[in-house]
Amino acid sequence: MNIAALPARAAAAPGLARWGRDLTADVLFSVGDAAWNLSIHKGVLISTNPAPALMPSYDLAIRAGAEDFARFLQDPPPPGWHDIMGLVRLGTFKVEGNVALFMAHVFWFKGVLALLREPRA
Amino acid sequence: MIEAITGRYMRLELEGRAHRLYFEEAGQGVPLLLLHTAGSDGRQWRGLLNDAGVTSRFRCVTFDMPWHGKSSPPEGWERETYQLTTARYTGMIMAVARALGLDRPVVMGCSIGGRIVLDLAAEHADELRGVIGLQSAAFLSPYYDTSWLHHPHVHGGEVCGGIVSGLVSPHAPEASRWETLWHYMQGGPGVFRGDLHFYKGEGDLRPKLARIDTKRCPVHMLTGNYDYSCKPEDTEATAAAIPGAKVQIMKGLGHFPMSEDYAAMRPYLLPVLAEFT
Repeated sequence: MNIAALPARAAAAPGLARWGRDLTADVLFSVGDAAWNLSIHKGVLISTNPAPALMPSYDLAIRAGAEDFARFLQDPPPPGWHDIMGLVRLGTFKVEGNVALFMAHVFWFKGVLALLREPRA
Repeated sequence: MIEAITGRYMRLELEGRAHRLYFEEAGQGVPLLLLHTAGSDGRQWRGLLNDAGVTSRFRCVTFDMPWHGKSSPPEGWERETYQLTTARYTGMIMAVARALGLDRPVVMGCSIGGRIVLDLAAEHADELRGVIGLQSAAFLSPYYDTSWLHHPHVHGGEVCGGIVSGLVSPHAPEASRWETLWHYMQGGPGVFRGDLHFYKGEGDLRPKLARIDTKRCPVHMLTGNYDYSCKPEDTEATAAAIPGAKVQIMKGLGHFPMSEDYAAMRPYLLPVLAEFT
């Protein structure tokens, strides 16, 4: 999972920023024990720095279980693991904090997380 | 090119209140009544209504439920909260069938429609030729807070489209995927959530399954394997409680098979329909 490349991939994704046109937030994104701060300004993903271990500050946290998120990242993903709401149903993707930010921009979040999927060579 | 589908309005009473409902139809033959999913409308059936392989043998009719598509809510809607219930849904379907003179129709529905056909089979077996449930299960537990689907801080159209977008198979053609989602984005405020009152709560039909007699009313169930809302195992568990129910799991399809990829669904559906001709 190349999270460092995510801002560039998001910038190149057609229409993605439009789905997040009013999304300006710091989002804590964790997979298992690893965590990053997604800094977003008007739908543009500015940075994906590792989250501080001590006292991280954020507007919204999205937390994925490592095993199910690894299946989500497969190309193609297996049925049921192909969308983050599928992981929500499995109980291994949690949305915490200002949930309205996530629901109001759900296309953006789905779109940007799917960009972590590495296409098959 | 002008399609063979015709659209008209009907006026009828439901639960003692005047309604104006929009319906579309195509074809001649065995009456086939088609039910759309929660929060959408009859446009989901455009592929089937344009399929001469079906319309040559079936009179295919789909209607927009009250509050959906081009059907208006009843007078006074501004003073109430819309909530679909089992009794309201079944009553509406039977009233529409009578109003259109459909003699013992086959009823095919998807999602909430796939749920309610189980109630129809239990309660109205002798008035039907059979039922086909797509993405059908007698009960599903909620897995997200549906209040976000009708919230002043969240755009209703975008959240309704966004929340269901993953229920479309990744193999669906892009144009059909986004047309399916557009229908969701056009739903009225609170309507999708009101449908889910039935789907995720009130409409638990598990106690009724033992009353279904598939000799009087055959039951077919077809479920796409990319549906994580109504999973194949949910359909199979429901079918196991209905002696004689026939199940097919459709590979590569999601929660909206007739709308997201009709061509992929067709090979599964045609043999089922052939049993009614």
